[in-house]
Amino acid sequence: MTTTISRKDVIHLASLSNLQLSDSEITSLQGDLGNILKYINQLSELDTEGVEPTYQVTDLENVGRNDVVVEPQADRDALLSLAPVRKDEQIEVPKVL
Amino acid sequence: MTSISDYMGTSAVVNVKRAIEAAKQHDEFHALLALTEERALERATKIDETEVKGRLAGVPFIAKDNFLAFGAPTTAASHFLEKFNAPLQATAIEKLEVEGAICIGKANLDAFAHGGSTENSTFGPTLNAVDKERVAGGSSGGSAVVTALGIVPFALGTDTGGSIRQPASFNGVYGIKPTYGAVSRYGVVAMASSTDTIGCFATNASDAELVMDVMAGRDSHDATTLPDFFEIADVKPGQKIGVIKEFMTDDVDADVKKSVNNYIDKLKSTGHTVEEVSVPLLKYALAMYYIIVPAEISSNLARYDGVRYGKRAEAGSLSDLYGKSRDDGFVDENKRRIMIGSYVLSSGFFDAYYMQAQKARTLLINAFNELLESYDVLIGPVTPTPAFKLGEKASDPIKMYLSDMMTVAASLTGMPAISVPSGNTNSGLPVGVQLIGQRRSDAQLLALAKSLEESV
Repeated sequence: MTTTISRKDVIHLASLSNLQLSDSEITSLQGDLGNILKYINQLSELDTEGVEPTYQVTDLENVGRNDVVVEPQADRDALLSLAPVRKDEQIEVPKVL
Repeated sequence: MTSISDYMGTSAVVNVKRAIEAAKQHDEFHALLALTEERALERATKIDETEVKGRLAGVPFIAKDNFLAFGAPTTAASHFLEKFNAPLQATAIEKLEVEGAICIGKANLDAFAHGGSTENSTFGPTLNAVDKERVAGGSSGGSAVVTALGIVPFALGTDTGGSIRQPASFNGVYGIKPTYGAVSRYGVVAMASSTDTIGCFATNASDAELVMDVMAGRDSHDATTLPDFFEIADVKPGQKIGVIKEFMTDDVDADVKKSVNNYIDKLKSTGHTVEEVSVPLLKYALAMYYIIVPAEISSNLARYDGVRYGKRAEAGSLSDLYGKSRDDGFVDENKRRIMIGSYVLSSGFFDAYYMQAQKARTLLINAFNELLESYDVLIGPVTPTPAFKLGEKASDPIKMYLSDMMTVAASLTGMPAISVPSGNTNSGLPVGVQLIGQRRSDAQLLALAKSLEESV
């Protein structure tokens, strides 16, 4: 398994992560991420052939509830007022297209 | 330090004023990001006037600033949420309020709870309660310090890989990470959903029991909560206790080991059997943790995009808005974890990292389950060293991660683990001993700790 990470890899990961990094951040992250990957790579030596993965550690399954409206704890206006830019009853963002 | 009983039967207003005064006196530790003075006094007045009789009536407490609470912004120690006024309160806080407890402030943490020293807080680090040149630990450093300084008798924290236990041991207080699912996480800033837990700091085992008893239980807003199993228990006599060999190696500070061994002697002298046990897989626990947790972080933190709430960067297009808001809003450690998460989840690497870690996690759970069939409790240190110096590990993420090596196993297996103060090093730094038990044995762990407290 590869243990080094290129500058191009960092830029790709930043784009997957929706992070617009500065040049100096890319440089320092290249070193840090490479070291972290080197550390976690040791797990590859463990034999896990035929082992089922664990995704959660409760013994609960399919937690359901009745299909009834639950009174919301936060009101609509309180939630809308959290938006950085609000126009009437909507949240405003820059043009998408 | 103070305990809950010091605040019972006195005026809530007096209690709150006393706590706020103590908080202001200890300002230099930077343990708090905000005081919720106005709301706390309002609630206290109401409690005094109506003679509310809850189990925590008029008792002040402080919550880590990743719990949504009224009275001050919920910042998660980040720029992103610097001005975020919570529209609702966390279930844990609501339950404490029903019993009459009063939240007087919000404690410092590593931004988004990523870190082990509180040095990753956007607003500056918290200083250790015992030695101001050392770290408070983290990520719930502020909560540990306000408890250790006696500002409040208990404080709330979150523990995803050691974030309650490690600062508890660094500051000489009790730190409780419950069984996964014991306490609702509704209204708490999510980090890694498969290991995030909510617990508390206290100055004695009885107070910790009471607070956990109030907070635990099923919540329809959090589908991972377990039906309430927490019941304050008497200590079971003659327990079989296993000392985890992998946690007592030569790499571990000699004073830390000495403190654990003293605790073991006390266990023996109170009628318990103690034997050495081994979990060779522990060698890989930290690698599992630093794959699974960043993966979940990268997913959970995708919500911070600068659109619906939080800080928004100036940008001409929507994609720039996302990218710049996230670059401005997160600290370096948040970015590292998000990007490692993106890496281990990306196509081509998914099986080698994420899937491999989830399979390894199954093996770790099996190993712990097998041990806990023969042993009631497992014991070891909380951390390999006492509190380290400020700045000592801040520039080396791996060094910082290694301080989690003894706490991540209970997180990955969902088992309860508590940090119990077990004395000081020669130079006077607090040390904690960690007790780990089978899932749902939280109350038994606390009962054991309490019985030894009484034997001192």
